[in-house]
Amino acid sequence: MPWTTFDTWIAVTGMLCAISCAIPGSFLVLRKMSMMGDAISHAVLPGLALAFFATGARDSFPMFIGAAAVGILTALFTQWISKFGGVDRGAAMGIVFTTLFAIGLILIVSAADYVDLDPSCVLYGAIELTPLDMVSFGPFELPRAAAVNGATLILNLSIVILLFKELRLSSFDPSLADTLGFSSGFIHYLLMTMVAVTTVAAFESVGSIIVIAMLIVPAATALLITRKLIPMIAIACAVGATSAWLGHFMAIRIPPLFGISDTTSSGTMAFAAGLLFVAAWVFAPHEGLVAQALRGRGRKLHLSPDVKSRG
Amino acid sequence: MFEAIIDVLFLKDHNTRVVIISVMLLGVSSGIIGAFLLLRKRSLMGDVLSHATLPGIGIAFAMMTLLGFSGKSLPVLLLGAAISGVLGLLTMLAIRSTTRLRDDAAMGFVLSVFFGLGVAVLGVVQKMPGANAAGLESFIYGKTASMVFQDAVLIGVVALVMSTVAILFKKEFTLICFDEAYASSQGWPVILLDVAMLALVTAVTVIGLQAVGLILIIAFLIIPATAARFWTQRLDYMLLLSALIGALSGWLGAAFSGIFSNMPAGAVIVVVAASIFLISMFFGTARGVVPRLRDQARLKRRVGRQHLLRAAFEILEKQPGPLANTPVSRASLFAHRTWSPREFSRFLARARAEDHLEPSAPDAVLLSESGFGEAARITRNHRLWELYLIRHADVAACHVDRDADMVEHVLGSEIVRKLEEELGPEIGIPQSPHRI
Repeated sequence: MPWTTFDTWIAVTGMLCAISCAIPGSFLVLRKMSMMGDAISHAVLPGLALAFFATGARDSFPMFIGAAAVGILTALFTQWISKFGGVDRGAAMGIVFTTLFAIGLILIVSAADYVDLDPSCVLYGAIELTPLDMVSFGPFELPRAAAVNGATLILNLSIVILLFKELRLSSFDPSLADTLGFSSGFIHYLLMTMVAVTTVAAFESVGSIIVIAMLIVPAATALLITRKLIPMIAIACAVGATSAWLGHFMAIRIPPLFGISDTTSSGTMAFAAGLLFVAAWVFAPHEGLVAQALRGRGRKLHLSPDVKSRG
Repeated sequence: MFEAIIDVLFLKDHNTRVVIISVMLLGVSSGIIGAFLLLRKRSLMGDVLSHATLPGIGIAFAMMTLLGFSGKSLPVLLLGAAISGVLGLLTMLAIRSTTRLRDDAAMGFVLSVFFGLGVAVLGVVQKMPGANAAGLESFIYGKTASMVFQDAVLIGVVALVMSTVAILFKKEFTLICFDEAYASSQGWPVILLDVAMLALVTAVTVIGLQAVGLILIIAFLIIPATAARFWTQRLDYMLLLSALIGALSGWLGAAFSGIFSNMPAGAVIVVVAASIFLISMFFGTARGVVPRLRDQARLKRRVGRQHLLRAAFEILEKQPGPLANTPVSRASLFAHRTWSPREFSRFLARARAEDHLEPSAPDAVLLSESGFGEAARITRNHRLWELYLIRHADVAACHVDRDADMVEHVLGSEIVRKLEEELGPEIGIPQSPHRI
């Protein structure tokens, strides 16, 4: 399929979403909470259902509020269970999101007799359809999803710039942050709120798989390349943006090789991020497999005289 | 209505019986395997693997269609799912062992990238000429109620086999859960054992996914094990309890969803399991919140009472003349340590309730005979520890009080005897080495 303006909009929307996820994602990966995005995107179901029952309409703003509120609750419950119960955080997260999802499912099914609320279609937007829903700002016209993700991006960027030193300190040394008078608990919940809002805004407009992938994979890739926080965030954003563009390119260029028109862009965007990760895994300057192998060889050459003399 | 409930709970109906028994077996096996996962801090592995199966399902379907068969053959799809699940877990282990990334990032990577690939593959498959891929996606959201007899038998058998294998490997799995470094230093193949453990998870996930749905199988691998952990500190009991909780929530959940028709069984089972978890979290005898708070409160009361007695003893010591048990004024006792008025009166009440104080004038405190003895014993322990620190740990005399303050409450008779041996023949109560 040829590349059209339509495709440009899809790629741009994907890039905006990827960058706005990569920023909080970097902190999630550093704090060993990578699975939070996945947990939140499952857990918001009861929020959507309740918002729907409260307003009686499938309007996106109340749904957004409901979902974001439950997303924040997910983080809160996870934190409580792991703190008061002494439970491993992964397990706590799993308990919270499966239970919330189950409650949401029950709510929806018990109402299904008189309303039309299908979880898979209410929950998740599709990035291919974003250019069909345009909004205009003065002379400019852009997809609503691009505007939503752009807004989240600006929000995340300003929070990170304003609170950069607090975020950094509380990610690496929460007790020092506490003794210096920044509440690491507050920063934690702020970050969780950021993740919840980003996740909900993104999956509602472009689909959940992009969010889950873009929260983790670009940040993990960046962590393989650098050990400094600011370069890490910058690389994560770049990797996210590249994989969104590359992903859409792959979605419309690879299937034609097999005689099929195209495939789902959100899937290929996640997969493209995976490819970039593998590239970094192999070729990263200091910690890539190649660099490790070369270093290992050098060390062996260096050590061998000793080994010989001892033998 | 009531009879209907009894019928369902006690498996009177043949169809429900088959479904409920197979769900219970699934609960047992995922309870056992989930317990090892929890101890290995990989509870979310079920989540990861259930997402990682998608590309395998899509590719298996595409290959069958290209070869001219019907794509929706269950064994082939399950095989595809298992293969891509295993590839996912190998990727995860490779990331973990060759990069700095932790388990959580490796798991997130596998989950999202494999699922993304799966979505892309399904996108292609659905547009393939001659393929009827409709409903393939709902393959990952199974429906317990519509489970047919063969499915149930398959689940039951696989669940039984997996539980048996997990029990057979108990010693090895325990070793890598608790001390991975020791295991590898003893020559155990840690990576192979990891693969074996996760292969069990994959098998349970793939089977459960098709039959009872994504969310239930994730929950089944996490919730029973975590709930069991609150009741015991021993692995054997934990495995047993976790299996029981899995079976119980499967039974109750499936029965409830049978009673209230059109409730999704998977979701009801999860809610039942989560309720059991909440009860365990609060009241679990080994690590539950309530017993722990109770123990903490008890310790705090004991420490407070002992501090009170020692304060009284130290005041008596300072009085001129030989040591005698005379009333101590409340005001001087209160001034002796830092405590809030409320704490102070609570400790006094406590000591009175334990017969360590005798009635006396309202503004004075009089130790009873047992209270005086106890006060002497605590003071002596405190001083012995202080002297020990000064002589053998080279701690300055002005620093020892705080440390001894915390240790005096937990010095057992054996340690006190050792201290006496260490510190020489002073059997009485030593002088305080610092100003009180």
